[in-house]
Parts: sequence; structure tokens; C-alpha cells
Amino acid sequence: MMGHILIEQGRIIDPANKIDRVGSVYITDGKIVSVSEEPAGFEPETIIDAHQQIICPGFIDLSTRLREPGQSRKATFKSETVAAASGGITTLCLQPDTNPVIDTPAVAELIKELAEKAHYPQIYPIAALTQKLEGTELSSMLSLKQAGCIAVGNANQPVRNLLILRRAMEYAASHDLLVMFRPNDYWLGNNGCAHEGAVATRYGLPGIPEEAETIALAQCLELVELTGCRVHFGQLSCKRSVIKIHQAKKYGMNVSADVAIHQLHLTENDMVPFDSAYHVLPPFRTEVDKLYLRQGLASGTLNSICSDHQPHDIDAKLGAFPETEAGVSSLETLLPLMLKLVAENTLTLSQGIAALSANPARVLHINSGALTPGYAADVCVFDPELNWQVDTDNWKSQGLNTPFWGQTFKGRVTHTIQAGRMIYQLG
Amino acid sequence: MNDNLQLNSDGKLKHFLTIEGLDKTLLTEILDIAESFIGMSDQQIKKVPLLRGKTIVNLFFENSTRTRTTFELAAKRLSADVLSMSIATSSTSKGESLLDTIRNLEAMFVDMFVVRHAISGAAHFIAQQTAPHISVINAGDGQHAHPTQAMLDMFTIRQVKPDFSQLRVAIIGDILHSRVARSQIQALNTLGAAEVRVIAPKTLLPAHVESLGVSVSHNLNVGLKDIDVIIMLRLQKERMTSALLPSESEYFKCFGLTEAKLKIAKPDAIVMHPGPINRGVEIDSKVADGKQSVILKQVSNGIAIRMAIMAMAMQTQGAV
Repeated sequence: MMGHILIEQGRIIDPANKIDRVGSVYITDGKIVSVSEEPAGFEPETIIDAHQQIICPGFIDLSTRLREPGQSRKATFKSETVAAASGGITTLCLQPDTNPVIDTPAVAELIKELAEKAHYPQIYPIAALTQKLEGTELSSMLSLKQAGCIAVGNANQPVRNLLILRRAMEYAASHDLLVMFRPNDYWLGNNGCAHEGAVATRYGLPGIPEEAETIALAQCLELVELTGCRVHFGQLSCKRSVIKIHQAKKYGMNVSADVAIHQLHLTENDMVPFDSAYHVLPPFRTEVDKLYLRQGLASGTLNSICSDHQPHDIDAKLGAFPETEAGVSSLETLLPLMLKLVAENTLTLSQGIAALSANPARVLHINSGALTPGYAADVCVFDPELNWQVDTDNWKSQGLNTPFWGQTFKGRVTHTIQAGRMIYQLG
Repeated sequence: MNDNLQLNSDGKLKHFLTIEGLDKTLLTEILDIAESFIGMSDQQIKKVPLLRGKTIVNLFFENSTRTRTTFELAAKRLSADVLSMSIATSSTSKGESLLDTIRNLEAMFVDMFVVRHAISGAAHFIAQQTAPHISVINAGDGQHAHPTQAMLDMFTIRQVKPDFSQLRVAIIGDILHSRVARSQIQALNTLGAAEVRVIAPKTLLPAHVESLGVSVSHNLNVGLKDIDVIIMLRLQKERMTSALLPSESEYFKCFGLTEAKLKIAKPDAIVMHPGPINRGVEIDSKVADGKQSVILKQVSNGIAIRMAIMAMAMQTQGAV
């Protein structure tokens, strides 16, 4: 059904295999067959001319929300998988805070079905760590794993009781399940909506101190010691979190971490007064925090970049700032904002691509994120020089909630191939 | 970040949402226009026809007696038609009901909204959403701003001590939750006060409070030294239940203004309070009712200031 695809004469960047050279990629029956020599008797049915373009592994997003089941007025699998494909993303990990929560195999199976229907099969649910995300009882993690969940986590809901968290981590470790953990102390967070700093003070917005993150992170690291659980820390937002992860890794702990793409670009000072497009959790912090997050990524302390995609309907963002819902629609700006980090000399292009592909694949223990012969052919082809504007003509996501609306970006995906099937082509 | 939302293309006041982004000239203009209204209250006919035929709606999503009454009187003295609405907020879908309320009133050909709301940014939101011919006056939003209160305080200070550049002002109490304090600090700094000092325990100060342009003291006995203007803030009862303070009596002992403490400030210092007063919690009755107190003057001045601001905002809308 898929046949032979030739992606011809582009700059191949495949960080996992240490490749950065001009060449062609050969795909047969959904798999990569070669990135160097033409296989004998290879007769392509589709040829993609990749001159002046970059060929790299399709991107893997560790934190996404497609809003189904339960909130289809915000977004659907159909709308968001198109957005993901147009952003070069070929694998999505879904946070469990759907309605109903991903805490039973039935919901995990429903997600697989929705993914098939949207013709975007590579969607991995993250199972709830605790039932209904309430932080009181363990979810049936093994059954959820068997139903296709790739990890467990409690999304944005903190597990307030450390004994429950300890047991959840022990149980996850027993089944060799990765725990995805966004550190966030419920009490210190105090229902805040902005970074506790000068800007929140000026606008009278309830603040969230960075300690809400760093203390929860430190506690969880102690529990990693105690339980031997493998933990991936998601959406870190501040300097001292980066330092803590650096120290933990230096100490030999088996942990990884990511940062949401917008945290690498925006700070509290960029916020337009009371503009709900900037309402995001964790909140935009300071220039120093942004700098450390960038350095953490460059040095490898932070493994990967996620989109933390959270599409919203208009009503969710229409109101006085503290009352609006948090989150950014961010699948489509993932690549251009990564390329901006390259343009600003924060990352090399190879590092940036690795942070979106090879590194998250390693976190998930999946054979993906690389153009290795035999791997599923997940490929992104993009034109690094092509300018495009974030506007209604180009935007695919149902969620228009982005602080980058109206901006022009450099770098645009031209083709996305998922397991050998072309799921996006720039028209 | 300048707040241009409240100014029109000529730099004139269209909405009045916050002191931030307004310059000294404009603040002085407000004070001067208020000055021209101040004599009116003593006259037999207390009205001017500046806003005749205009409809002003007081939208109070949060309870208030003094602010609402003075806004109402100010509007009536400008000959406007006034409607005052107290709207209890439902805990669900506040944003939508807020917008729907606004849309419905707009459809009744309203010219101005005076808005009080418990959430920071509510007045900005309404100003952004409302039809372009409607002015929005912020009568207090969450912990963000209460700019008409700040202006009437500046007016009251100027009546007694006209040169702001000579003034050291202390604001005492719950700065963290106070929209009044934020607006006062901005107004005092814009008008060039020599020093603005906040005096409070750390639990009642917001993060990086010095970034607002203030000096900080945690001790009233030290903090009141050399002070010309003392502004006391109201202490809400719920500060005790949320572990911000141990008790009212301990608060009064540390931060309550008594006659003895008042002596630490300059001998001609004035005492202010935005009201309503908690006697015996943040201020002793002898001080509140004493000769250095200008608390009731603040209330009277509230009418003239609000008249000035409403007239100015309506002027840019082609009313006057």
C-alpha cells in the first residue's frame, strides 16, 4: 500500500546516526531502507525533490492535548493531527487529562481508534498515574500499558500526598513504566496564574513562585532514589530546576527532562497586559530562567523540547486574565521556534533536531526518531529559508490561542511522512 | 509595557483603567479639573450640564457603598442618567456572563461603564470588548488597580501639601492584596514624590515589591520616621484565616496607627485611609478622628475627582 518513496538530494540531518550530509533517503513499504546507496532495483513511485531542503526524522512530541474525548469544541483528532503533520510531527504522546481521564484500558483503546480514524496512527496515550488524576488511588497501570499506554503521569494535577506518589512510582517501576512528571506543588502554586515576580506584582495577578516547581522536583528526585522509578520531568520552567536535573544526572540518576518550546522564547516581560494568549502553566518566568533553560538544552541537561500543545476554543480565552484557561496551541510553531534557537546560536541545527526526535525517542525507549534502515519511515522535510506567517490562511489547529499570532517565521515543513505514508505536503 | 488602551490617538483619556502609562501632565490635568468642580457642592444647584443626555451604568460585581455612591453622585452632578447595578458573580463561567452582561447593556445605548470586579484585569477586558463609543472607568479590579481612589488621594494630598517633590509618603498594611496601594504608588511616583515607603510584614508584601518604585520597611516605629503622608490600608479578616497573620491584636500591636506611633512621623503629617476603617485593627479611633486625619475629606473629594475623570473620558467621545 505504501510502495517506494525517494526523497532526493536534500541535506540529511540524522543526529542519532551522526549524519549531516547531502543525499537521498529511500523508503520501501513503510520503512527506511537506505540513506546512502540506492538499493538495487529501487523504482520509486513517489519522488520528493529535496534540493535546498533538510531531511530529518519526524518529530516526537512528549506532551500534547488533542482534547478528545470530552472537549471536541476545543479541538479534535482530525483538526490537530493535520496541525501536527503540517508541523513535521509524526508521533504524539497524549496527556491523560481528557474527559473521561485516560485511566482505563477502554479510554486508551478509544484513543487508538480515534487515531486510526484520523489516519494518524502514531499516537501514544500517557495513562493516568492515579485514578481520575485525583492523587488518591493507583490506576491499573499494567492493564493500561497493555492497552498501548507508553507511560504514566498525572498531567497538571499534583499528587499532593507523597506516600501515594511513592507507591505510584514503586508500582510503575515494578512494570517498567516511565513516569512523566510535571513538578508542581499544589499548595505553593496557590491557584496562581503568573510568575511570582515584578510583572505579576504590578498587575495584581496571583503569583506562582518557582519554588512550586523546584520543591516538587526535589521531592520527586528523592523518591526516584527510594523507588528506582524511571522519571521524565516535563515542562520545566526555571533556572533552579535545570540545576537540579544537572546535579541528578551528574550523580548518575536515571532521569530525563524537557521544556516546552514557548518557555525558550518568552518571559514575563513579553506578556501583553492581561492578554490571555500569554496565560500558560507553568508561567513565563524571567530572562535568567529562559537563559538557563536554553543552556540546559544545549548542554544536554534537558533532553528534549515538547510542544505542550493545548488548543482552546475562543470562549476559554475570553475573560479577565486569571479566569481564562491556561495553555498555548503550539504544534505548528514547534519547528520554526526551534529554528529560531538555531538562528540565535543557542543550539546547532543537529542539536535542535535531536531535541525533537532522537532524544524523545530515547526517553520513550522506542525505535524511532532516527533514519536508521529498518525503522519506520517517519520523516520530515523542511525548507529552512521559507517564510510564513501565523495567520488563518496557514494555521491548521482549531485552537487559535498562540502568543505568536501574526508573526512571520522562517522555516516551513514541505513534506511529512509517517511510517512511509505521506501525511502532509505543502500545497 | 505601556497601556495605550486607555488613551486615544491624541493621547487623551478614553478609558480610565490604571494610572500606569499616564504622564504627570495628564494626572495634573485631572487634579486641576477636579479643582474646578470642588466649589460646586456648596452651591444650591449642584449640577452642570456637561454629560446631559449621556447614560452611565455603574456595574458593580463586587460590593461597595462609598465608591458606588460617589460615582453615582458625580454622574448626576454632570447631568447624566445613571443606572447602578449590583451583580453577584456566579462561580461558574464568570467570563462569559461578564461579556454577556456587557453586550446586553451595550444594546441599550449606554455611553459609559463604571466597573468594579473582583478579578484583576476585568476592566481591561471590558474596555477591549466593548463598542468603541463606550468609555470604561475602572472602579477597582481585583488586586490590580483602583485609579480613581488613587487620584482622589492625590487630590487630597495636594490640598494640604501642594509640592509632591517634597513629600515622603508611607503606605501601611496589606500591600499584597491592595489595588489601592498599587495605583497610589504609581500616581505618587508619576507626580514625583520624594519617597514612597511601604510598611508591612513580609506576608503582606508582593514579590519584588521594590520594583514598583518603593522602599520597604517591616517596622512601623522605624518606617514612620520623616514621613509627611501616612496612608493606612484596610485589613481584611480573611488574612488571619489564610495564615498571613496570627491575630488582629498582634497586627494592631505591630502595624496599628496610634497617637504614640503618629508622633514618630513629621509633626504636620496627615493621616489617610481609603475606607472602610477597621477601628482598633489598623488604626486607633483617636487617630482616625484626630486633627491630622483627612479621611472624610477624601470621601468628599471623591465626587469631584470622579466628575473630572468622567467628563474627560466623555469629552474624547465627542460628548462635550
